[in-house]
Amino acid sequence: MGHYLGQRALHSGIALIGLILAVFFLVRLTGDPTDLYLPIDASLQTRQEFAQKHGFDRPATEQFVTFLKDVSNGDLGYSLRKQRPAMELVLEAYPTTLALAGVAMSLSIVLAVIVGAIAAYRPGGVFDRISSIASLAGASAPDFWVAITGILLFAVTFRWLPTSGIGGAEYWILPIFVLMLRPFGLMVQVVRASMLGALSSAYVKTARAKGVRETTVIFVHALRNACISIVTVAGDLAVGLINGAVIVETVFGWPGVGKLMIDAVIQRDFPTVQAAVMVTATAIFLLNIVIDLLYLALDPRIRHQ
Amino acid sequence: MTTAEQEALIIRRGVPWWRLLARDKFALAAALWLLILFACFLVGPELFGKAATSLNLRARNLPPGSLEHGWLMFLGGDALGRSMIARLIVASRNTLTVALCSVVFAMIAGGILGLIAGYIGRGVGHVIMRFADILQSFPSLLLAVVVLYVLEPSVTNLIVVLAITRMPIYLRVTRAEVLEIRERVFVDASSALGGSSYHILLRHIAPVVAPTLLTILTVDFSIVMLAESSLSFLGIGIQPPEITWGLMVAQGRNYLSQAWWLAFFPGLAIMLATLSGNILSNWLRIVSDPEQRWRLETPRKSDE
Repeated sequence: MGHYLGQRALHSGIALIGLILAVFFLVRLTGDPTDLYLPIDASLQTRQEFAQKHGFDRPATEQFVTFLKDVSNGDLGYSLRKQRPAMELVLEAYPTTLALAGVAMSLSIVLAVIVGAIAAYRPGGVFDRISSIASLAGASAPDFWVAITGILLFAVTFRWLPTSGIGGAEYWILPIFVLMLRPFGLMVQVVRASMLGALSSAYVKTARAKGVRETTVIFVHALRNACISIVTVAGDLAVGLINGAVIVETVFGWPGVGKLMIDAVIQRDFPTVQAAVMVTATAIFLLNIVIDLLYLALDPRIRHQ
Repeated sequence: MTTAEQEALIIRRGVPWWRLLARDKFALAAALWLLILFACFLVGPELFGKAATSLNLRARNLPPGSLEHGWLMFLGGDALGRSMIARLIVASRNTLTVALCSVVFAMIAGGILGLIAGYIGRGVGHVIMRFADILQSFPSLLLAVVVLYVLEPSVTNLIVVLAITRMPIYLRVTRAEVLEIRERVFVDASSALGGSSYHILLRHIAPVVAPTLLTILTVDFSIVMLAESSLSFLGIGIQPPEITWGLMVAQGRNYLSQAWWLAFFPGLAIMLATLSGNILSNWLRIVSDPEQRWRLETPRKSDE
């Protein structure tokens, strides 16, 4: 058990380091930030001073060594764009994204488990047919298109909801709905498939023969075993949720980390990209460990290996 | 013969796939729609290229639903008075080229790396798997944004980037299957008869893995199409004057309150294509699964 966890953590750790390395050098290939941050008529001297101040005049490998030293001191550099520590910007943007992603993910898991379990209870029935078409449509819809269609319909035409920005509950409805679509759609299918398998198994028959109530059979006996595949998919989808967050934050103008990262890449704000990638990758690293712990809790076979 | 006996006979003989397809309304509609799109992809730009670029000032932001300016204007005109239908058809080539090429390249590259990682194992295998970990441990869209920003957005680079981000799935599945297959008797037999690793991988293992990879490919087609659209929507994918459906949504977004159809129809086109892909891949999965195939073979109780 300890061995299993240790190995998984080691693998995720290697991936984390590899990723930070790759991003560090990739962003430096996007071009020289000096051109973007200084006026076009800046003298050669000011340019050199700018490059020197941020270390862009030295070879990338040398910059990397400095970067590693700074990171070990907890310093991720200053944002070129905002003249503030990059880490501060990232940590400021994170709560917004985490709240958005957290609400969307928990809602989709709960709804998908309920819908998927009911659909699997009578395969081929009316509810199953409707839910399978709806979940496929949810998984197939381009999120940016749903977002702007939603704005057009509910904000521009009916004026029920605000078009964009951040504020009270009404500002959350559209972004969360858009972000939920894909995870919900995919998860309903996974829950349905694994519940179908679980419901036709021998232990469910036994439970029924013992006279256990149907709701208990579905949501306790069968669901417990369907959980393993649900956790796997939910973990993958949680990583993918950041893709959705980028789109949602861009369309609805939310000051989250997705928008911060896109803006930073486009404006060659290297320190901010690095800080944002590092925090995101660490969050995913921790998420992977949580998922592995969940596996251990759910599947005794892994525990006793 | 009674109907029950006839049915039993059909099941024993196996129903040909096209009759199964004809029986499932949704799968049939999805397959037909993809065929239409494929025709647009093949000849669309040649047939409608001119109509898609010709300006008609009287049809500027023309609302959809009228045949006054000819059927090409049925879905309305854009801000320059170009036909929406023609533009959608022309854009289908870029959209489908990127989606199809990306999944095929991802499958080939992932398949080969997976074969190597699974069969040779140990050292090389570990390196390959950690590489897959890196790719999967980060949101694909952001990875694509960074890489495309380095490489300059073009159709080719978009394909390369999307293929790389989709590769780990094929790699993992292939490796897992190879690990299991290489323990089978026919692999031992071949190696006892003097078959080289290369021969065993290509002749004995690859054909067994291929059907699984093809099933993933059909699901991936939709995922890649959505990814390409998102990138184009963010302005990091294909650049104008080239068009894709995702780019058309982005352009139409500026006219949202005056001309909703500019963003609506391209998005609908993406959704219908991905939905068809998903429906068809679900159907394929059931057909190719011996445990579930009966659901389609018993008439009228078909399950999507």
